[in-house]
Amino acid sequence: MKRALPILAVLVVLLAAIAFVNPFFLEPAGFLAFAKRAAPLVILAAGQYFVIVSGEFDLSVGSLVTAEVVIAARLIDGEEPATWPVIALLIVIGLLVGLVNGVVTTKLRVPSFIVTLGMLLVLSGAVFLWSGGAPRGALSEGFRAFGRGGLGPVPWSVLILLAVGAAAIWLMRADFGKTLMVAGDNERAAALSGVRVHRVKIFAFMLSGLAAAVTAILLGGFAGVSAQVGQGLEFSAITAVVLGGVVLGGGRGSVLAAMAGAFTLEALFTLLNLYGISGALEFTVQGVIIIVAVAAGAVRLPWKFTPRKGDAHAAS
Amino acid sequence: MPRRKATVAVFAALALAGCTTDKPPAAQSSAPAASTDQTGQGSGTGTQSKFFVQADFDAQLAMRSQTPQGPDGKPWEQAITPQMTDTKTFKKDGPYHLCFSNAAVNNPWRQVGWKTMQAEVGLHKEITEFTALDAEGKDDKQISDIAELQAKGCDALIVSPNTTATLTPAVKGACGKVPVIVFDRGVETDCPVTFIKPIGGYLYGADAADFLVEKVPDGGKVLALRISPGVDVLETRWSAAKTVFDKSRLQVVGVEFTDGDAAKTKSIVNDYIQRYGKIDGVWMDSGGTAVAAVEAFEDAGLPVPPVTGEDQQDFLQKWKDAKLTAIAPTYPTYQWRTPIIAALKILKGEEVPKVWNLPQPKITEETLPTYLQPNMPPLHYALCGCEDLPGFPENWGGKKS
Repeated sequence: MKRALPILAVLVVLLAAIAFVNPFFLEPAGFLAFAKRAAPLVILAAGQYFVIVSGEFDLSVGSLVTAEVVIAARLIDGEEPATWPVIALLIVIGLLVGLVNGVVTTKLRVPSFIVTLGMLLVLSGAVFLWSGGAPRGALSEGFRAFGRGGLGPVPWSVLILLAVGAAAIWLMRADFGKTLMVAGDNERAAALSGVRVHRVKIFAFMLSGLAAAVTAILLGGFAGVSAQVGQGLEFSAITAVVLGGVVLGGGRGSVLAAMAGAFTLEALFTLLNLYGISGALEFTVQGVIIIVAVAAGAVRLPWKFTPRKGDAHAAS
Repeated sequence: MPRRKATVAVFAALALAGCTTDKPPAAQSSAPAASTDQTGQGSGTGTQSKFFVQADFDAQLAMRSQTPQGPDGKPWEQAITPQMTDTKTFKKDGPYHLCFSNAAVNNPWRQVGWKTMQAEVGLHKEITEFTALDAEGKDDKQISDIAELQAKGCDALIVSPNTTATLTPAVKGACGKVPVIVFDRGVETDCPVTFIKPIGGYLYGADAADFLVEKVPDGGKVLALRISPGVDVLETRWSAAKTVFDKSRLQVVGVEFTDGDAAKTKSIVNDYIQRYGKIDGVWMDSGGTAVAAVEAFEDAGLPVPPVTGEDQQDFLQKWKDAKLTAIAPTYPTYQWRTPIIAALKILKGEEVPKVWNLPQPKITEETLPTYLQPNMPPLHYALCGCEDLPGFPENWGGKKS
């Protein structure tokens, strides 16, 4: 929790700034609309967090989201009864892609950014080949409800986000989270002390794939079929995680902070839009955030050397 | 060291990822990557596009009221105020080998058009060979495609240029060897025997804007949604709309770029609804994300204001189901039939229009039932003119109704 404080403070400031320009934001409906829009990225960032904290990257999530939405539309083709089987299939595909990423990274010792970059290209190429650039079919109303509808005034996506967030925090507090953190901090030391590094890393990639599947269900539901739905999402997810203070290279950072980072990024985009600043700047903003965050992590200011209590393992 | 290595790695990877990500396709031609330099964000219509040419705007709007010449019910064979050109020098006996250099098939509009063209080829027994090369949206590939096709013994060459200026020399080079037919986008030379196009982007933009001026009360707030800046065929649409809006009493509260992305469109519309409380009209430069814009109002629990779309089935279906006040200007995909017909006319020595302006209808509430085809896929373009072609509807992804 303590680790998430700085980013939560930034988030509060941004939310206040949004509320200042747009008072509607303070009403429950206005805030829920924001949470609904942020939910897919927050979930994706949570998945990306597991991979990054274990010392790897997952660049394939954006094109995985696109692939999942295109597949869903083609297979459902507007038929209501197909909704649940296809959702199950999407989750399996997400896990499977994560499994492949994880196994190739750990067992074949291919750097994860190469593996997942390759996966990005494979998936986007396959989607293009299969759809010819024009996705066919349609999503059913039942499928779309997850991204559009809600339980009373609360959107389904916000409820799903709460469930995913709780599960992610629980996972990081469980043994899995601790071993993941240790594996990311010092792989060799972890292995020597009995952590099955490969297994936890593969599991982290599978969680990222699962998060991408859930994101695809929410985004496809929100806006319908599109061959561009996942474009640039891997970028946004990594930015969000870095913004949450999670260290690239692994071993440090909290999942709550990563999710708060995604909220902050979304709030920043909302604010830019409210001030009439072009959406094209979003990429620039993300780029600056990544550079500044990594630079800030690399430059150790003198006061940072002050020994703190229990700082032996900054990550724990 | 591992951390620094990792950092370098992620930058390299992200840079690569950035390069490989497809640019969103524009409505009818692949959009060249364009830097975003927008003016007029937030209020008003901003400065006029550098692509705007007043004379072309006036000419296109004048064509709106002219009756096209040609056979009834076959708009792809009709022409507006044609200036015929002689083709006797190209006359030769069949059978014919036609060649086609296609800019891309990377968006639904081009997909529908490409299938329509192939079906048109199938209608003519005298075409014994049809060679088509897909440039995949790359100028350099199209330049080499055009060179390659010249070595294949084509009797006529059809070109759908990827970009106007860059492809001009390649088309010029081919003109001396075979009769060349250019369609969709133009080139900066009049050496092709004929240039086939619907009336154009100015009419498209003006049709949509005129509708809003008529339907939205004075002082109403209009949101304009565009795909991306810097694409000539899209710039003309917006610059025409801007001209119309500037003369009206409507207030354009925003001009936003959606990248053709449905989720982004929905979020933008949602933001504007929140910011202004009420939006009284939505102008769109293409229909790909029109349904998302409509849904943004529905999800906010608001009545949908007058909106403009295009002739995709998903929008037409939404129009009917939600009883929208809407209009759908078109950039008809039936223009993909015309180059084949023109090529045959040229090879038979019959005269063709030098600039072949095809009619460019708009779908209105009255004509909506004619164009709505629930058996066709959501991204099918209603004005394909393909209903009478063999293989319809299956080859276009439709179901037999």
